Order: sequence, then C-alpha cells, then structure tokens
Amino acid sequence: MSADLRQSFPLRCGRVHEACGPAAFGFAAVVCAQTPGELLWVRESWLGDQINPVGLSQFFDPARLLLALAGNQAEVLGVAEQALRDGAVALVVLELSSSPSLTTGRRLQLAAKAGRSTGLCLIPEGMGSNAAETRWHAAPLFDPEAADSTLMRWKIIKNKSGTGGAWDVRWNGAARRLDVVSPVGERPGSAGTSD
Amino acid sequence: MWFPRLASDRVLRARPTEAPFALTLRLSNVERIYCLNARAARLGLHRGMPCADARAFCPDLLSHPADPQADARFLATLRRWATRYCPWVGLEEPAGLVLDVTGSAHLWGGETEMLADMRARLARAGLSLRLGLADTRGAAWALAHHAEGIAAPGDLLTPLGPLPVAALRLDDESCIALQRMGLRRVADLAAAPRAPLARRFGPGVLLRLDQALGDQPEQITPLADPPHFAVRLTLPEPIGLAADVMAGTARLLDQLCAKLKAQEAGARVLCLTLRRVDQGSGQVELRLAGAMRDPARILPLFERGVAAADAGFGIDQMRLEAVRVEALPVQQIGHRGPAQRNGLDDLITRIGTRIGLQNVRRFLPADSHIPERGFLVAPAAYSAPEGPWVCPRPRPLRLFAPEPIVASGPQPPEQFRWRRMRLHTARATGPERIAPEWWLQDENWGAGLRDYWQIETRQGRRLWLFHTPQNPGWFVQGEFA
Repeated sequence: MSADLRQSFPLRCGRVHEACGPAAFGFAAVVCAQTPGELLWVRESWLGDQINPVGLSQFFDPARLLLALAGNQAEVLGVAEQALRDGAVALVVLELSSSPSLTTGRRLQLAAKAGRSTGLCLIPEGMGSNAAETRWHAAPLFDPEAADSTLMRWKIIKNKSGTGGAWDVRWNGAARRLDVVSPVGERPGSAGTSD
Repeated sequence: MWFPRLASDRVLRARPTEAPFALTLRLSNVERIYCLNARAARLGLHRGMPCADARAFCPDLLSHPADPQADARFLATLRRWATRYCPWVGLEEPAGLVLDVTGSAHLWGGETEMLADMRARLARAGLSLRLGLADTRGAAWALAHHAEGIAAPGDLLTPLGPLPVAALRLDDESCIALQRMGLRRVADLAAAPRAPLARRFGPGVLLRLDQALGDQPEQITPLADPPHFAVRLTLPEPIGLAADVMAGTARLLDQLCAKLKAQEAGARVLCLTLRRVDQGSGQVELRLAGAMRDPARILPLFERGVAAADAGFGIDQMRLEAVRVEALPVQQIGHRGPAQRNGLDDLITRIGTRIGLQNVRRFLPADSHIPERGFLVAPAAYSAPEGPWVCPRPRPLRLFAPEPIVASGPQPPEQFRWRRMRLHTARATGPERIAPEWWLQDENWGAGLRDYWQIETRQGRRLWLFHTPQNPGWFVQGEFA
C-alpha cells in the first residue's frame, strides 16, 4: 500500500507536526508514549472534555505529563513556543481550536528547532498551517478480530520531507509498542474495503 | 522603660486631641475602658471602668475601639528603635521595654543624659514614658512603675524599700495577702523571716524579691531579629534600558542569594521594586515553581517582567525582596538527575509568569472507582509526581460530561445518534457496574448505579456508554483511543 512507516514515525525531532481527525487524541497518546522524557500538554482551560490520565496510563506513565491550562489560543501558542524553545520538555502537545497562521506556525517551528524538542498540534479537521513538518489524519477503525483493540488508520496528508502514506496501526498495551497491521483488504479472509 | 498609656498614645499620634479620650475593649460582654489619656484620667476615669459609667462621668468623652494586636506591633517597633541605645533590648509585656545598658551609657555622656535623650525623643513622638534604671531588672521595673529614677549602684534596698510590695511584679492575690499580713512595703518583706513566707506563698514571692535585690540572676532576652531577605541598590544616575535593569538585578540577586544561602533558605516569591525618578514605582513579581537560590537560574526568569516594566523618566533605585522563603537545605550534588528537574522547574516558573503558576498542573493518582475521581489535578509547583498508576480495566482517553442519547432497555442500543452522527454498534463489552460513593454527595451521580459499556461502532468510534438502571437512561461519557 505505501512506504515504510518508520520513515515518518516516530516524528522528526526539532519540528512541529500536526494531527487531526477523530483519533487525533489516540495519535497524540502514541506519540507521547514513543517520546522519552518530560511531556507538556497545553490546552485552553474552558474546554469541556477532560484528559483522563488513567486511560493514558495504558500508553505511558502520566507522571511524566504536565498540563498547562491557558486562557485563550494566543496564550496556548505563547506557552507552547516558550516550552519548545526552552527544551526542558521533549514533547509539547497543543490543542488548537482554530487554524494557526503561517507566521505562528513558523515561529513554533523555529522555537522547536532552537530547543531541539518536538511539537504536536492537535487541530480541527481541514485546518492547519503550511509551516507544519507533517500533517497526520488519524481515524479509529473497527477491528473485527479482537475486543478492546486500538486499531487506527493513520494517513499522512502533508509531508515536507517525504512521501505520503496510510497505515493501519494498533497500540500494543502490554508491550507498549506500535504494531503496524496489514490493511483490511489485504488480510486473509476479509471482505472490507481499502483505500 | 514603661509606657503607661501606650495604646491610647498610639491612636492619638494619628489624631491628636485635647479632649478626654479612651479606648474601649469588649470583655465578657461589657465595653470597658482599655486605656485612656491623661485628661480623662484627671476627670476621674480609670481602666476597667464600664464605658457607660465613663460616659455618665464625662459626657464629652471621645472613644475608639482598642486593638491589642496593633499595640503589640507598635511595641515591637519601639523595641527595634530602642536598639539605638544598646544592642540588648527585650520586651516587657504588655507595655514596656527592658534595656541592658551596661557598657553603652557612656556613649551618650552618662546615664542621666541617656535617660534625658530617651525622654526628649519619646516626648516628641507623643508617648508618655516612665523610666527606671537600676542594677537588676526587677528593681528597674519597680522604679519605672512606682518611683521614677535612677538607683545608685550597690545597695538596692534603699531605693526599693519604701515602695509597695506590688513593685515586685507579684500577682494581685499575693499582694493583697501580703498587705493583710501587714507587709505593705518592700522593706517590710525583706525584713520578714523567709521560711514562713515560703510556706505561705510558695517560692514565687521570694524569687521576685531576690531578683529585684540582685540575689537571684534574671536574664534579659533580646528578640532575635528575623532574617531579612531584601537588598537595595541606589543609582547615582537614573537608568532606563532593560539591559541595565537586568545588570542591576543581577547584582542584587547575587547579594540576596548569598543571604539566602547563609540561612539555608530558598526564595519562592521574589518582588523587584523599581523606583522611578518621579517617586513612582513599578513592581515585578516572580513566583518560582520551587524554592531556589541560584542567581544564574533566577536571573533569566526576570527577563519577561523587566521587559514589561515602565521605566518612565528613569529608574534610580531598585529593591529586591524575597517575599516568601522556604527552607532549602544544602544538598549533595549528583552527576545525574537534578539538572533535568531544575530545567523543568524553570520552565514551570516561566510558563507560570505567563498564565499563572496555579494553571500549570500535573496529574496525581487517586483512590476511587468513580472515573472522574480516579485522578487529581494539582498545581505542579506545589506537588511532586506520584505513582504508580493502575488501570485494571480499559478506560477512555477523554472524559466528557455525560451526554444523553436516545435508547432504552438495559442492553446497549443497536444504533444511536451522538453528536449528530449515526453510529451502529458492532461490539459491546460490558456491563461494568460502578456504584456511587454513598459517603460523598455528588449530584452527577444522583441517578444512582451505572452500568458501563465499551461500545465499538462499525464507523470506528470506540465510546464509553453507561446505562442507569435505577433511573433509566443512556449516556456517553468518554472516548477510547
């Protein structure tokens, strides 16, 4: 179906990436799990949903995670830029509710480069800034084989230094490892559709 | 040094008046006079008199509620002032100071001149004062309270003899009992046989007598000055550039951190006051994520605040104060670990100056089956990471406030609408029954028991639904990865 996932994932360090889609949260959890070191999650304080650290503990140890609650999107971006430039945290996840401008994206990119840390913006679908290194679309898939599975389809829809691609992946909670699964259509005995 | 009218003098300093004046304090449900000025005392009022009686005596009496805490603070201020006479100054509650002037009277030209200087200065400050100077603390107290003056060194019984026994700092009960026995003066008491007195009154009375006459030692305890973590820099020429202010701050920080290190303390909140030429001043407050005293680490954290400060026509004085300090013992430096933590603390401080230190949080595990209470969110600056996290059953990554869906019956619906999406159930795992914690009131759990189902939809979404059997309804509460 497409190129090797290992060319694009784990995400390139010192860059800012973007993720969208219904499983963007799961994508962020996997990225957090694959990044050693301290993590910072920046979000706006008024958001109605809560991050559940008990759920995240299937991916990584929530003791590594810091949460910054900012008043508005400008503060989210300011905090993220500062944290990226500082380099004390290995990964900064920021939840954005509207599209960042090219200037904003570029500033984040420069900050990440200066601090040698990785940024991941969770953006609403169909938005995003041109400065992002890669943009991923993550959607959950129904897994007919196993219960409580985390089968997802990850698609690269923008890649500055590589090709696009789509992979079906599953998080292996026991081994804390990402398994790439062959797509539904190519699996023996399945009648699903693939793209 | 005794201030007979300390409380009323303190209030009258702010609002001088010639009229009779009294401070009132509510004691056991009666307003009583706490302290009064000389004019009121001449009109026949006295301490402890009910306020209503005082008003009947003297209709034009001005009164004001008393504030004993403020009086104590004022006395502490006076104590600090009195260190100009000698370094050894203690408090003599409730309205006196005790000074050990041994060896420092000659600096003022002798004892008489020193007392005259004290009188003059305190009279200018509007405080009534009575002084007593003697070889022992007890004798000085007796003189200050009952016969002002200086006792000649040596024989103390001569000046103290004619004074009443109350001059020995005895309680009222002992005084009255001694008077009943005919021992009205200190001389009578000193001449009386000691053994019956000790049997009758216990050792207290004789101890006070001996202390006054110098047969027993008595210490003066000077108050320890609390360590003061503030430094100041006055500039000959005003400055305005941010780089100059940072350079000044660096100098101040070096001094302050040396002080902190000497006390094994670390600053938690720092306040930089920048006084401008026009007497206005700006403040830069820095709240740190952890106690620290390393100038090289603190200085960069000031950058944002200093850049935003208004220099006006120039800054000519800078003052840096550690508003809140915490104990920070010296620690063994290892080759790994602390540097990473320090970097993270600095980052928390830096983010804290932007969005508020309490908005940088971390998750702590909590012991509860209720999904929303399975964790705590605590400010990162005031908590340490904890573990371990246990998750015996799958839990969603995100929790919402329960969102109702249209469904009925105890089995999960075949299809349902959620957030304008039509979803078909492909697999349902459950139920997992969670009962509310009856020992806590929680209106979210008012509907009673919940049967949680893990629903995998054919569209891909994996949701956490629950059914409330006691109060039928279906809700979506979370989403899995």
